[in-house]
Amino acid sequence: MYSEKVMDHFMNPRNVGEIENPDGVGEVGNAKCGDIMRISLKVENDVIVDVKFKTFGCGAAIATSSMATELVKGKTIDEALAITNKAVADALDGLPPVKMHCSVLAEEAIRKAIEDYKEKQKNKVGV
Amino acid sequence: MKRSIYLDHAATTYMKKEVLDAMIPYFSQNYGNPSSVHSFGREARKAIDKAREQTAKVLNARFDEIFFTGGGTESDNWAIKGVALANQNKGKHIITSAIEHHAVLYTCEFLEKNGFEVTYLPVDSYGMVDPQDVEKAIRPDTILVSIMFANNEIGTIQPIKEIGAITKEKGVYFHTDAVQAVGHVDIDVNDMNIDLLSLSSHKFYGPKGVGALYVRKGTKLTPIFHGGAQERNRRAGTENIPGIIGLGKAIELAYENMEENNKHLIRLRDKLINGIMDRIDNVRLNGHPTLRLPGNVNMSFEYIEGESLLLSLDLKGIAASSGSACTSGSLDPSHVLLAIGLSHEIAHGSLRMTLGDENTDEDIDYVLEVLPQIVRRLREMSPLFIQEKGGCQYV
Ligand SMILES: Cc1ncc(COP(=O)(O)O)c(C=O)c1O
Ligand code: FES
Repeated sequence: MYSEKVMDHFMNPRNVGEIENPDGVGEVGNAKCGDIMRISLKVENDVIVDVKFKTFGCGAAIATSSMATELVKGKTIDEALAITNKAVADALDGLPPVKMHCSVLAEEAIRKAIEDYKEKQKNKVGV
Repeated sequence: MKRSIYLDHAATTYMKKEVLDAMIPYFSQNYGNPSSVHSFGREARKAIDKAREQTAKVLNARFDEIFFTGGGTESDNWAIKGVALANQNKGKHIITSAIEHHAVLYTCEFLEKNGFEVTYLPVDSYGMVDPQDVEKAIRPDTILVSIMFANNEIGTIQPIKEIGAITKEKGVYFHTDAVQAVGHVDIDVNDMNIDLLSLSSHKFYGPKGVGALYVRKGTKLTPIFHGGAQERNRRAGTENIPGIIGLGKAIELAYENMEENNKHLIRLRDKLINGIMDRIDNVRLNGHPTLRLPGNVNMSFEYIEGESLLLSLDLKGIAASSGSACTSGSLDPSHVLLAIGLSHEIAHGSLRMTLGDENTDEDIDYVLEVLPQIVRRLREMSPLFIQEKGGCQYV
């Protein structure tokens, strides 16, 4: 039911783990099926230089986390914010319809991590 | 070499060679319609009568109390809707349990939408129904108690005889969905006071799409299929002759070798359960430790999700199943796992492995070698779990 790309990212996920002293962290839970995803970012000059994830969820959730981290790595904050869950799913050669909601999780986690980064920046500037 | 190990016998089994051999002549050689008077018809009639005898014998039922159906789902639907319709003058109350198969649960929900009232009895943490709860729930307008014989997910075997004694005393019909129990448990419909019993052939090495409903003589039951006079006017439609013959052969074989098969299954089951407990932390066995189906293993692995576990096992050639919502496309994890008190997260991390008579010690050894690696890999990816030097700490 999954594409070869999904299975590849499921079996060999890229960027698993957590960044020490991250510049932004986003944790989201899909209350509906009880899955949790955490993404941490390292940002330099508005560019995402490193990103890592941890995910509790199905194969699609793990694969979309992995692909999402690949897609945002090296991108500017604005470029990263423009990445949709559909783009993540397309990059994986598609997901089964019942699994599309898992990719929303990845998009939300990235957004939240970036918001967290921006919030921290604001505070820094403020001080 | 890629191994291929099937550990999903509760979903369905392969069909035994003897069963196939018994069925073959009835596809193209003896193709008569048992309702016909000519010799072709009589041949087919003789064959389904034999299957009826084989089925009646293992249940200690009478020949004319066995009705063939299109499987477990049809038997459950017929038993429940049929009793409801035939006895609504007496009352409109039905009692069942929270852990029934959807064939029973959704049938009850359908009846609720049509003016019936249903009580769903809770189960304890092993998935056991308390017969006293059954007794307390029976009211003057109760017409049916439907409690499954053994659960398809966690394998717990219910106190059927105790429940039967109560329903008999109270004068309420007792139906049991024995789809998972037949072939693995001794069943005596008289000793256990069962009035209706569902079974399905593909769970005991017979063909798919054929089953039976045992109906105690004198039970008021409305048909749900109307048409021809088949099955003594109670289940219309030309019979699935090869399927019925396969069912008869399969049920006979299952009970011929049951003790020996069960011994084999229980040994492998307990080896698998204990092996997992020894090798992996933070796991729990779901269901009763001993009052469970001989081939059923159901465990929850904390911090990981069932579908990713299944996918990983599948890549290693192991076929299993899970009660996680992520496997079913529905949003909630299995109602059975929630009913025994598991949290959503733990229910998500459940794995069911159901053994069959072709499984070997080597199969179990292989699972015990592969599974801990898979669990470790997935836990390392899980945000619910923090790895520390010298051990693991859970958050
Ligand atoms: C307990 C139980 N009841 C009913 C059924 C439905 O049987 P069938 O697949 O023959 O319709 C099953 C099989 O999945 C089952 O396990
Ligand atoms: S994470 Fe639950 S279905 Fe994908």
